[in-house]
Order: sequence, then structure tokens, then C-alpha cells
Amino acid sequence: MAVTAFSLVRIHNLFAAVMMLGIYSLLAAVLYVVMDAVDVAFTEAAVGAGISTVLMLGTLALTTRMDKEAKPLVPVPLAIVTATGALLIYATLDMPHYGDPGAPIHHHVGPYYIEKSASEVGPPNIVTSVLASYRGYDTLGEVTVVFTAAVGVMALIGRSRRRKKPDPKSENHGRKEQQA
Amino acid sequence: MLNRASILRVVSKLLIPPIMVFALYVQFHGDFGPGGGFQAGVIFAAAFILYALIFGVDNARKVAPAWLTRTLLASGLLLYTGVGVVAMMLGGDFLDYSMLATDQKSAQHLGITLIELGVGTTVSGAMITIFLIFDGRLRAEKDD
Repeated sequence: MAVTAFSLVRIHNLFAAVMMLGIYSLLAAVLYVVMDAVDVAFTEAAVGAGISTVLMLGTLALTTRMDKEAKPLVPVPLAIVTATGALLIYATLDMPHYGDPGAPIHHHVGPYYIEKSASEVGPPNIVTSVLASYRGYDTLGEVTVVFTAAVGVMALIGRSRRRKKPDPKSENHGRKEQQA
Repeated sequence: MLNRASILRVVSKLLIPPIMVFALYVQFHGDFGPGGGFQAGVIFAAAFILYALIFGVDNARKVAPAWLTRTLLASGLLLYTGVGVVAMMLGGDFLDYSMLATDQKSAQHLGITLIELGVGTTVSGAMITIFLIFDGRLRAEKDD
């Protein structure tokens, strides 16, 4: 994964970069499977490696295939980025180990869901019970985000089919679809 | 447009129906195994996009015209909130499924199935809409 991430940063051919993104997502999905989070892995493989690759390729077809020439390294932003990165890595040292039963995340609502979801909600897949029942509002919000993203794309570039041609604002496309 | 790619055509013709069935399986089996509305919607959209890529977007537009995908997009969200509102009208809280049936578990099951269906509909509608709009934009630029 690290190799794909680094080559992703260095590559100037955007087509290759999109392929690298897809590979990265697929590797992330494998990592999730290894960590027993099959639901997340499923989503990552379908959305990250599948759909977003197609949409990125669509964006490339609309814009350009090659990156702009890289600027030379500017010292101040580089220093800030390095410092933030070092800080974040330092912070990970304080995180509980993977699978540590004493970790705070295992003592919040987790045990309640695991004990009660079978009797209160029913489905054997606890992830579904949490997503659709206990956290129904959150999921509603997510669906609204997807809906809004599609409506946003429609509003930005969907009108061109009716002969009206607004200015191509191609910078926005990439961001829009990542939200989706 | 891909006349030479007969292997692609044959293979995708073989693949698309199983992909769609798999999407439905993921949709309705989400409470027993991994999966749910999001994944199912994306898989369904992927089947459609594969069809569009191989057989041309014009054919795909015949299968799913803009009004259909937009209706799908909106109806999923409506179904989701609708379940919430119905639960409210039956005397519960918003998105509290216990009111939907007499038995607690079957009520929850019904509610979850319905909202997952809503999620799947919206997600697949959104993906297909975005894909078709990108294509429409591409054509508009080519015409210039």
C-alpha cells in the first residue's frame, strides 16, 4: 500500500494515477477483510475500487490526461506538512493496540449493541442492525449526502445537454464525485 | 462502437445478469451476511455502467432514460424518510420501526428491509445519473 501511495504522488500521467488509486482501494479492502470488517471491505471494493475509478476516468475524459508541471519544493509548507505528519505519527503511538480488549472503543456502546441487538432488532448481522436501526438517522444523512452529490453534479454539468453551455468549471468535478 | 471486441461483448452479456442478481442478493441478504443498500446500489450501478461501456451509452439510455434514473434517485430517499414518517404517524418516534408491526422483531425487520431498499435505490440512481451526465457533458464538448 505504501508503494502505491508513493508512486501515486510521483506519477504525472493521471490515467496511471487513477489506476493506482483503484489498486490502493483494493489493497485497503483486503486489509479490512484481514481485520474482519467485511462490510467495510465490501463497500471499499465496490465504491473505492469500482465506481470512483470509472468516475475519475470520466473526469479525465472531460479534462486532461497529464498533470501540470510540478513546482519546486517550497520550504515553509513542506516544514508544516512534515511537522503535522510527525505529530500525527507520534499520536498513533498512544493508540491502543489492534484488538486490545481494554481499548475505549470496546467499552462505549459496543457491548450494548452486541448483547442486545439480537433480542431488540433481530438480524444476525449486527452491522446492519446498528446502521439501519440504532443509527438510522446517520444512515439517512448519508443517503441525503449521496442524493445531494448527484443533484450537485446535475446542477453543475447536467444542463449542457439542453443546448445551454455554461462555462466549463472542470476543477469542481473531481471534488464532487469524491463526496459521492 | 466496439465491433472488434466480441469477447468483451459475450463475456459481459454473460456477466451482467449475475451481477444484477448478486446486487439483489446483497440488498436483501444484508441482514444475514455482509452487505446492504449501499453496496447493493453500487453493484447494480456497476452492472449498468458495464453495459453502457460495452454496448454504448445510447443503448443504455434507452434502458434507463433520464427521468427513470432521477425518479429512482429521489424515490429512494423518499422511501427512507417515508418509513420514518409512517412510524411517526403510528405513534412512535421518527424512524422507530417498532410501530410498523405487532411483533418487535418483525417490525424491526420490515423497517430495516424498507430503508435498505431506499438506500439501494438512491445509491444506484445517483451513480447511474452521475455516469450518464458525465457522458452527456463529454458529447456536448465534442459537438463544440
